[in-house]
Amino acid sequence: MSAVAVARRHRLTSVVGAVGLITLGLTVWLGLWVTPPDKVQGDLVRLVYLHPPIAWVALYLAFGIAALASVLWLWPRTRSAMWDRLAVSSMEVGVVFTALTLVTGSIWGRPTWGVWWAWDARLTSTALLLVLQLGYVALRRIPSDTEARARRSAVAGVIAAVDVPIVHFSVNWWRTLHQGATVLNANLSPTIHGAMAWTLLLGFVSVTLVFVWMLAVRYRIETLGDMVEGADLDTALAERWAEGAVPEPAPTAS
Amino acid sequence: MWRDAALVAGKDLRIEARSRVVLHQVAPFAVLVLVLFAFALGPGRGPMVHAAPGLFWVAVLFATVIAVQRSYGVESTEATRDGLRMSGLDPAGIFLGKAAALAAVLVVLEVLLGVGVVLFYGASVHSFGELAVASVAGTVGLAAVGTLYGALSSGLRARETLLPLLLMPVAAPVLLAGTRAWQAALGTSGAGAGDPWLRLLVVFAAVYLALGVVIFGPLQEAA
Repeated sequence: MSAVAVARRHRLTSVVGAVGLITLGLTVWLGLWVTPPDKVQGDLVRLVYLHPPIAWVALYLAFGIAALASVLWLWPRTRSAMWDRLAVSSMEVGVVFTALTLVTGSIWGRPTWGVWWAWDARLTSTALLLVLQLGYVALRRIPSDTEARARRSAVAGVIAAVDVPIVHFSVNWWRTLHQGATVLNANLSPTIHGAMAWTLLLGFVSVTLVFVWMLAVRYRIETLGDMVEGADLDTALAERWAEGAVPEPAPTAS
Repeated sequence: MWRDAALVAGKDLRIEARSRVVLHQVAPFAVLVLVLFAFALGPGRGPMVHAAPGLFWVAVLFATVIAVQRSYGVESTEATRDGLRMSGLDPAGIFLGKAAALAAVLVVLEVLLGVGVVLFYGASVHSFGELAVASVAGTVGLAAVGTLYGALSSGLRARETLLPLLLMPVAAPVLLAGTRAWQAALGTSGAGAGDPWLRLLVVFAAVYLALGVVIFGPLQEAA
């Protein structure tokens, strides 16, 4: 990719980031001051504007993108360094969101369930997902040549992705205590109304935008890293060539 | 593919038969884990009988990690991996062969551990058939996913520390389902309670066997 294209993409990324942060601020304002407290949960309900959006990004978006990108890298016809960069970026940013899901969930769980942590189905599978993601990132950090690393990461991404539904079902049978999904329930009719619904929707949009922004920045770092690596190699090659070149004979006066 | 699998499995099992590393080191280690659990929970038998299925599967999981490391450790010297890759064997066959050898070793360990659980923890067996099916299905799943991660981490500098981190969370459903199925087979939970867990074990094994057959070829090129 040319330096100009990288710079142009960078500007677009900044716009997404700015919009994401502004809408996130708006969500916080609406969530804390404008919307009413819940009849049952009181002020605690205000976490609903952040916790489900973060969980959606962590459990579906980030992991889904990483899994899809891994498969696309492995598929010989669509193989491209782009998918490898996208997979690692999405997985790494996903770690942040999965950890945030656990933290916000824990903060919500303490007053409503009375404990910081419960061996509930969703908590347990989210915790396992976090460990899977950390494993991927750890594997990724081991120095190796680019092609082999991409191959290994893609395989690890696919193995982990296949595990997620199995973990989900097994842990679900194991036990569940978590409240049902509020917005994306089976008949797709949200069980909350008015200002709360709009704030929650804004929450989803803003958190998703922040994720996209972080993903793009992380992708850019990966691209620039590859470019630096390539440039270093070119410099080293040029130096070797220069060493080996026979100096031209100086022109002699006739 | 099947012939190649038999060849590779034969190779791994012959190495084990001659070196006896698993028998002389991993098996005592697994029994030691059972004894340590008894120290942690003992000396009364009540909690141990209750926890026996879970302890069994945790011990199996630890043993799996070591057995996988051994399975690829013997290949790291003498460039066996490159030899296998250049031998023209089907990658799917290599995967199935290594997984089969690993599963065979694990089954021997499990028989030993099963006897240990009955002797040390005083567990009584309610249904041998269910116990056997659950153990075999769980073992095949563990062997499949262990072989995949073993290949993934072999040749890497930090493989000893990386393998457990990668393998354990993915194997968590086996631990969960195996424990539940064993509880049913040992009669500590209601009759028929183990059936969905048996199915889960079978599905897990099938999924990772299929994934390994497809993905082992590209994975081998990463070495």
